Amino acid sequence: MSVQNLEENNGDGNLSQVRHVVLILSGKGGVGKSTITTQLALALTHAGNKVGILDTDLCGPSIPRMLSVGRPDVHQCDSGWVPVYTDSRKNLALMSIGFLLADPDEAVVWRGPKKTALIGQFVSDVAWGELDVLLVDTPPGTSDEHLAILENLKKHRVDGAVLVTTPQAVSTGDVRREITFCKKTGVRVLGVIENMSGFVCPHCSECSNIFSKGGGEELAKLTGSVFLGCVPLDPQLSSSIEEGKDFAELFPDSTTFSAISSISHTILNSLQTT
Amino acid sequence: MAEVLDNVPEHCPGTTSEQAGKSSTCQGCPNQTLCASGATKAPDPAIAEIGAKLSSVKHKILVLSGKGGVGKSTFSAHLAHALAGDSTKEIALLDIDICGPSIPRIMGLEGEQVHQSGSGWSPVYVEDNLAVMSIGFLLSSPDDAVIWRGPKKNGMIKQFLRDVDWGELDYLIVDTPPGTSDEHLSIVQYLGSTHVDGAVIITTPQEVSLQDVRKEIRFCQKVKLPIIGVVENMSGFVCPKCKNTSQIFPPSSGGAEKMCADLNLPLLGKVPLDPRIARSCDEGKSFLSEVPDSPAAKVYQKIVQSIQDYCSNSATQQQDITTRQE
Repeated sequence: MSVQNLEENNGDGNLSQVRHVVLILSGKGGVGKSTITTQLALALTHAGNKVGILDTDLCGPSIPRMLSVGRPDVHQCDSGWVPVYTDSRKNLALMSIGFLLADPDEAVVWRGPKKTALIGQFVSDVAWGELDVLLVDTPPGTSDEHLAILENLKKHRVDGAVLVTTPQAVSTGDVRREITFCKKTGVRVLGVIENMSGFVCPHCSECSNIFSKGGGEELAKLTGSVFLGCVPLDPQLSSSIEEGKDFAELFPDSTTFSAISSISHTILNSLQTT
Repeated sequence: MAEVLDNVPEHCPGTTSEQAGKSSTCQGCPNQTLCASGATKAPDPAIAEIGAKLSSVKHKILVLSGKGGVGKSTFSAHLAHALAGDSTKEIALLDIDICGPSIPRIMGLEGEQVHQSGSGWSPVYVEDNLAVMSIGFLLSSPDDAVIWRGPKKNGMIKQFLRDVDWGELDYLIVDTPPGTSDEHLSIVQYLGSTHVDGAVIITTPQEVSLQDVRKEIRFCQKVKLPIIGVVENMSGFVCPKCKNTSQIFPPSSGGAEKMCADLNLPLLGKVPLDPRIARSCDEGKSFLSEVPDSPAAKVYQKIVQSIQDYCSNSATQQQDITTRQE
């Protein structure tokens, strides 16, 4: 992390001390974007990095629950909104609309222009401070939210996007279109992750390909992207997410964690070599 | 007045918004005077046109979730197949997921194109009595991305409802994208002068899904859309080898069952995870035909029956209301 990078980013307001910005995209819903975002964030913090997560899914904000931060009040400071930290060490900072809703069951029924405006504020007005990586979790699709994120990050830089898919064709079919979105908007594709890649029965160790097999790697080949790796379907990961527990801390020796950790290293290396 | 006019600037606030004609992005737009005059905020005549066009559709069902990837499109497609199993019924499936249209693949219709005729756009027929429409049929390549803001997506949905030659239908099923945004507001708005039987809400067992689904249920209540019931998908996995059940997506807060009890909604059924479902969808086949004896197929058939019963009762109630009014 060179001083050069920091100097380039000066005059950037709240993003001036954020070294790298990575979008987590899919196109397809329910493939595990938020899960992957939180797990990559935890793996990166455990490896000594300061990480931020910006949750731009306004209709279905999943990040707060996954990291067990509840619904704290969001405070203002001179530079804008203070992000919510997951613990006292302040290595993982979050911002999500989930923090701004009085009632967690309240539906955010907004059309595009209003979503665009809030995302603009989220990108520019959160006082992130010094971060090694800011991960931007997104809703499925290629619409208002995605355009708003890119427009508001124009002054800074988007280092790239990680695409998440499940193995089936129904998923990779949408993710192909998301890769086109990246090409059209000049966002570098850092790679493709195949999530929910096989389930190993805890009783008999038989592997079942519940959501088919191999689509992620094929998609990477087809689009000339890096294949970052597979993350299996793991009920322990699902439970950790459900209960907002740190999977990396609870199951550091699991195959799942080593897959995620390896993917996070690959991503960090590719960020550092640009 | 159309939600989408020609030659609009990229950040058009929408012709019916408070900012129509007044926002800084409106400067220079050829429609600015029209919007600022308030003419665009008059009720959209398309609503009445759609009402007339769909008056011969006996039942309309929306498939909603709030959460992505829970199986809305899978459910919509198989509901359509199941209803079309009765050859005396005319069924249509409309896919309003503009950015991620999955229905063409799931229905085995990838590569099909839509044709125009004097009476409008012709939907694509899977069977003689099962018609499908999706933006997927308007895209020339599987790599094409639909990078549209809200107003343009709304315009497409309006065209789907007004300009497609659906003919006389027994059931129109509408598959939706996740969320509570433009597409959802538009479909409810444009169907505003028709009778919509209700919504089927799809979820998976985990709280991460349910927390989004509760918002969708609130949305339905806000817009007065009746809820036919809730389907819990991916509800446990039975290992084909040792037959033990694993809760891959754990119902840590009681699953759909508790949510339905809390919110006084019918739970229509719990569909287990079955790798053959994903395979059928990828191959564009109906798993109800491929593996009719599977536990998942049996649950589906029960759910479809419940929906049909609901719609028949709803029709009877509508009839009673009309009779009393006469």
